[in-house]
Amino acid sequence: MEGVRPRVRVDNATEAGASVEVKTLISHPMESGQRRDGDGNLIPRQIINRFTAEYNGEMVIDIAIDPAVSTNPYFEFDATVPEPGSFTFTWYDDDGDVYTATDDQSW
Amino acid sequence: MPGYTRKATLAVLLAGTVMVAPALGDESAELVIDGETLITRAPAPEHMENMSEIMSGWLFRSSETQAVQMDDFDNPGMLYVDEGLDLWNVVEGEAGESCASCHGDAESMAGVRTQMPHVNENGELWAMEDYINNCRTERMGAEAWGWESNEMLSMTTMISYQSRGMPMDVQIDGEAAPYWEQGREMYYTRTGQLNFSCANCHEDNYGNMLRADHLSQGQINGFPVYRLKWAGVGSIHRRLRGCITDTRAETYGRGSDELTALELYVASRGNGLSVEAPSVRN
Repeated sequence: MEGVRPRVRVDNATEAGASVEVKTLISHPMESGQRRDGDGNLIPRQIINRFTAEYNGEMVIDIAIDPAVSTNPYFEFDATVPEPGSFTFTWYDDDGDVYTATDDQSW
Repeated sequence: MPGYTRKATLAVLLAGTVMVAPALGDESAELVIDGETLITRAPAPEHMENMSEIMSGWLFRSSETQAVQMDDFDNPGMLYVDEGLDLWNVVEGEAGESCASCHGDAESMAGVRTQMPHVNENGELWAMEDYINNCRTERMGAEAWGWESNEMLSMTTMISYQSRGMPMDVQIDGEAAPYWEQGREMYYTRTGQLNFSCANCHEDNYGNMLRADHLSQGQINGFPVYRLKWAGVGSIHRRLRGCITDTRAETYGRGSDELTALELYVASRGNGLSVEAPSVRN
């Protein structure tokens, strides 16, 4: 889907083992598949169905998303940073598109 | 015995009924974004006879909604600012120009929001959308954007964002005077099956509850606004149409002379409040 825009903000860890706050937001209509258009036809579902965060290849969080989640999904969580490296955030769209964002951690 | 059981149940239900106070925001809160304090209270402009203080709609929202606007990351309206910055540099139309070709950096738009709507060189009152579409059709040779299209909303949000923190300062005298008078007339005229004027709610009753809604002064210094109800950014004219429809009146089209005149008058009631775009409301 065009025009989808991920945004990520992660605190900078100050030492190994520090806990950092992660905030992620992505612009997406999250069409539920339940609505009808002006002619009464069902608008096909198109949502982001999965969101993952990895750190240096290790899975931090893996979320299955259902149609009840509203427009522009926002996730906030804490993660422990064991060593310098980088986060990779991935959003999976129903249409097969994958959006990614990264954040580097060093101290 | 079923009768007794029912009565007993009812009694329990009644005892469990508690009057729930509406979730009101903190009206004494300060709007600080990135270390900058925005003006959310100011002395009313001289032309306002019935009020002494003007207040941003931000003060009337719940503390949760207030908090979303205080953090640019949490504020989903910033997605439109990002989109608008991209559009600023897109070359479109026969002339092969982008906004940036003439105007340079988007920062050059600082202050524009505070003056909108504004009388153009032909003596017509134009909203920001009119100026943008004029640039597109006359200078770029591109197609005009729809008033409520994503492109237009992104552009107006991004341009307005350049003025964030600057006080609203629309012109109401000189060439603007007749438009301002027209808008003022509309503001105080009762309309619709419910027979309400703008002033009935936003001047006489701000601070009171309209069912579940905490009535504000109806200020537009925060526009374009990210409205949680819309799950998106909307224009001033969209909001004005919503209000007029709520009085069960026939409303005016987006970009109509009537709504632009009303926009000027309502904007002038906020002269002195900071531009907040993109603000967040419910």
